[in-house]
Amino acid sequence: MAHHCCSRFLDLSRFRVLKGNQVISCADILSAMLLRGIGQKLQMAYGLNARLLGFLKSSRDKVILPCGDIAALVYLWNPFTIVSCVGLSTSPIENLAVVLALFGAVTRRVPLAAFGFVMATHLSLYPATLAIPIIIILGYGLDAPPIKLFLQTRSVENEKSSTSTVSKQAKSKQTTHLPFLWKTVAHFLFWVLLWSLYVLVLCALSLNKYGGLEEMFKRTYGFILSIEDLSPNIGVFWYFFAEVFDFFRNFFLIVFHVNVLFMLLPLVIRLKHRPCFLAFVYLAISSILKSYPSVGDSALYLSLWALFVNELIDMKFSFFLFCGYLGISLLSPVMHNLWIWRGTGNANFYFGNAIGYACFQIVFVVESVSAMLNHDRALRRSSSNHGEVKS
Amino acid sequence: MACLVRSWIPLLFLQSFLVAIAFGSNEGEEFSEELLLKPLPDRKVLAHFHFENRAPPSNSHGRNHHLFPKAISQLVQKFRVKEMELSFTQGRWNHEHWGGFDPLSSMNAKPVGVELWAVFDVPQSQVDISWKNLTHALSGLFCASINFLESSTSYAAPTWGFGTNSDKLRYGSLPREAVCTENLTPWLKLLPCRDKDGISALMNRPSVYRGFYHSQRLHLSTVESGQEGLGSGIVLEQTLTVVIQPETTSVETNMQPSWSLSSLFGRKVVGSCVLAKSSNVYLQLEGRLGHESKNVDTEIEAHKLWMNSDFDLSLKPDRVIRESSSLLFIFDIDKSSDSEPFDLGLTWKLPSKWSCEQAPLHASRFLMGSGNERGAIAILLKATESQEKLSGRNLTTDGRCTIKANIFQIFPWYIKVYYHTLQIFVDQQQKTDSEVLKKINVSPSTDKVSSGMLEMMLELPCEVKSAAISIEYDKGFLHIDEYPPDANQGFDIPSALISFPSHHASLDFQEELSKSPLLSSFKEKSLVRSYTEVLLVPLTTPDFSMPYNVITITCTIFALYFGSLLNVLRRRIGEEERFLKSQAGKKRGGLKQLLSRLTAKIRGRPIEAPSSESPAAESSFLSSKLIFKIILVAGAAAAWQYFSTDK
Repeated sequence: MAHHCCSRFLDLSRFRVLKGNQVISCADILSAMLLRGIGQKLQMAYGLNARLLGFLKSSRDKVILPCGDIAALVYLWNPFTIVSCVGLSTSPIENLAVVLALFGAVTRRVPLAAFGFVMATHLSLYPATLAIPIIIILGYGLDAPPIKLFLQTRSVENEKSSTSTVSKQAKSKQTTHLPFLWKTVAHFLFWVLLWSLYVLVLCALSLNKYGGLEEMFKRTYGFILSIEDLSPNIGVFWYFFAEVFDFFRNFFLIVFHVNVLFMLLPLVIRLKHRPCFLAFVYLAISSILKSYPSVGDSALYLSLWALFVNELIDMKFSFFLFCGYLGISLLSPVMHNLWIWRGTGNANFYFGNAIGYACFQIVFVVESVSAMLNHDRALRRSSSNHGEVKS
Repeated sequence: MACLVRSWIPLLFLQSFLVAIAFGSNEGEEFSEELLLKPLPDRKVLAHFHFENRAPPSNSHGRNHHLFPKAISQLVQKFRVKEMELSFTQGRWNHEHWGGFDPLSSMNAKPVGVELWAVFDVPQSQVDISWKNLTHALSGLFCASINFLESSTSYAAPTWGFGTNSDKLRYGSLPREAVCTENLTPWLKLLPCRDKDGISALMNRPSVYRGFYHSQRLHLSTVESGQEGLGSGIVLEQTLTVVIQPETTSVETNMQPSWSLSSLFGRKVVGSCVLAKSSNVYLQLEGRLGHESKNVDTEIEAHKLWMNSDFDLSLKPDRVIRESSSLLFIFDIDKSSDSEPFDLGLTWKLPSKWSCEQAPLHASRFLMGSGNERGAIAILLKATESQEKLSGRNLTTDGRCTIKANIFQIFPWYIKVYYHTLQIFVDQQQKTDSEVLKKINVSPSTDKVSSGMLEMMLELPCEVKSAAISIEYDKGFLHIDEYPPDANQGFDIPSALISFPSHHASLDFQEELSKSPLLSSFKEKSLVRSYTEVLLVPLTTPDFSMPYNVITITCTIFALYFGSLLNVLRRRIGEEERFLKSQAGKKRGGLKQLLSRLTAKIRGRPIEAPSSESPAAESSFLSSKLIFKIILVAGAAAAWQYFSTDK
């Protein structure tokens, strides 16, 4: 009879896999296409900025990599994406919503951006932090080197044309601030309001019999925030909250959630001229620190990272990180199997793996940010050198 | 001699007074003690003690009880219990050999550990509160951890699967409760004679707990008087069922062992409990013995019944009652005394064999799958021999012969059952739900809040050989505090209850009955039910020695994240720093520049870009910063204190 059961179960599950895969693989392909669109925009912006700063004409000319294609390929061929697609995880759908929001912002389709943002927040709460980068993209435009550089290059040009210092100062004062497009941002906020109202009304209607919206918030956002499920995942919280003393539980919940929010402001201050990169950093941070992380989240931020290959080409520790990711993704199934299925290992085996994964992710994020800041510095240095050479 | 007489007089006086209270009062409180002995086919003996205590309806609230235990009547009054049953069981009832289709087994075969169910007479909203209070009261009364049934994760509210249809019914069981003499002693305290006198004096602890099965049960029901102004009467039924293996000296294996009360319990009955209205001992012999003599007219033939070629009884029964398949010998123990104790013995002369009537289907339950992530629970119903005899009884309207079986099962929340995976196999062929499933009621579990419950009614064809039900589940992961002391042993899933709503067991006495409560309860039709095994599910365990390590390591990770990212964000390389310094230097006044040059000269260093302010200024700057920090920390502490005390 057991055999009967098993064979029957296998048949059913195979059927389910096929059915589920269609939706999820469609979501994956769509997000790859959108990523490619984002990448093309970013690539154009990069080329434009480089030309403005006058790098492309110089001898240190670099070939601009087609970052959109790379990102799309990284997303589609990432083992993490494939695993989460085969495993019928819902993360491809969440990823699609996030990518949709970014795509809408990059292509200045405000309703689309608002829709993606609202859906992503509705599905997994953490993309709420993306509001800041999206507003910056809509307000100031795409990623660009710091505004000072343009000022410097312009001032160098000005010096060439006119020697009067007074006029130069006056001019630079005029253009220290880029115009912030309040209208577009207000438009975006309006659409966000509209979409969230729409989603909430739909939820309220469908959940009318089951406790309404309050119950929904408790069961979805409450479930995310109060880490109730202690099943093992790739993060570190499940073990932490399985072991921590009940007395301190609330304290640590607050500490860990605040940690996600804590870095938002410093990052905005330093990276406000690169909103898309800021979005990548936010997504990476939230995928490290979220309550129930999965490899699907990593797949998203890794492909977003590939959008900035032009800037991040000098990133440190890339080989080390690659090996780390590879090792963790090979070891963690083994450790999970040893602990859960064979019973020969214990929870610490798997937890150690999760700790290692968290470390690698942190190093990855920190190094990316550092590489981006260094890239800006290099730009400034080279532009000043450039200017000096010219003058 | 005079002294002796003087000491006797008050005693006699006291006794007559007691007897006057017991019998003279017209309150009508009745107590009866009975013992049923029954040899079992597998060379064991079943002893079933039955004590019944009746309190008639009364109008006064704080009435005086003569026989009825005050604790129980207070319980009934306080929590408005309509009906309640509490059982403590150790060992498993062997349905195959000890019977599954007689009133004795359907009422007294209980699941391992503690089982409690109660029906309340309160508004629907207060049922749960009453239940919680009742568990605590019973916990104190019986020295058991019944209070664990208080949490909503351990009890359920069956609607129809339990057999008693009431929406004010609550059911809970604790499979791991160890049952021992500390539970028996408070139970005996409820008897008027405790275990000092009468039948209960037989309960020698070592012999009771040495048995293969013992189940101590307390059943409480209120009887509505029907009159205005009168309260309700209470019937308290206490039973103890023990299955003991008599010590035998004979080498022959097919010979039933001979036994006597003193060899079974190591004690004899010395007179009845004076407060009991009736105290009887019954001996039930099952099987072919009943068919032997049809007409017992003469004294000699009656004598043959208890002293024949097969077996001998050591005492002459007062009465013999015939049932359809068994003989019942009735002994009154009032006649026994100190000099002549009642010590019933049964001596077998010839090997004899018989079998017990069994329930239509024999239920067993087991786990499938390996590993600690998921698995499946299967309930297997197998046809028994007695099924052919019974099958004719249940014809449906369209002429098909069916057996109805109710399955009632509670799942703790950490067994996360997927109800859509329910599969039913009849004779190893999978059936769709509509074919065999007549009714189903499911209440899913909520993590750490409530347990899940499954009730279903199967309608199986009579010629069924076996039926299996399987359902898949995922195992939950618990917090370190939620594991029991021996976590690696696993968790117990309470027994499933299989009942057959169209089958009722009763003993069909041909003769008119005496007023024995035990026999009249046997004569009433009782639902045939059987409990399955308790399942032991191993769950994954975290490392219990790790809390501190986990906390420190995780916090280190967070420090790494926070520190390194912040460091990257605020780090400036040399050029930027020089630029900033020069900017800052331009703003400074001449005095400060002078001072800095002075200090540089004193230190003997070359003048760098105006680096540091004067020490005094620096210290004042630092102190203001320090003060600000202190204020911030104090404010945070005050806020924390305020909010934490507010709770």
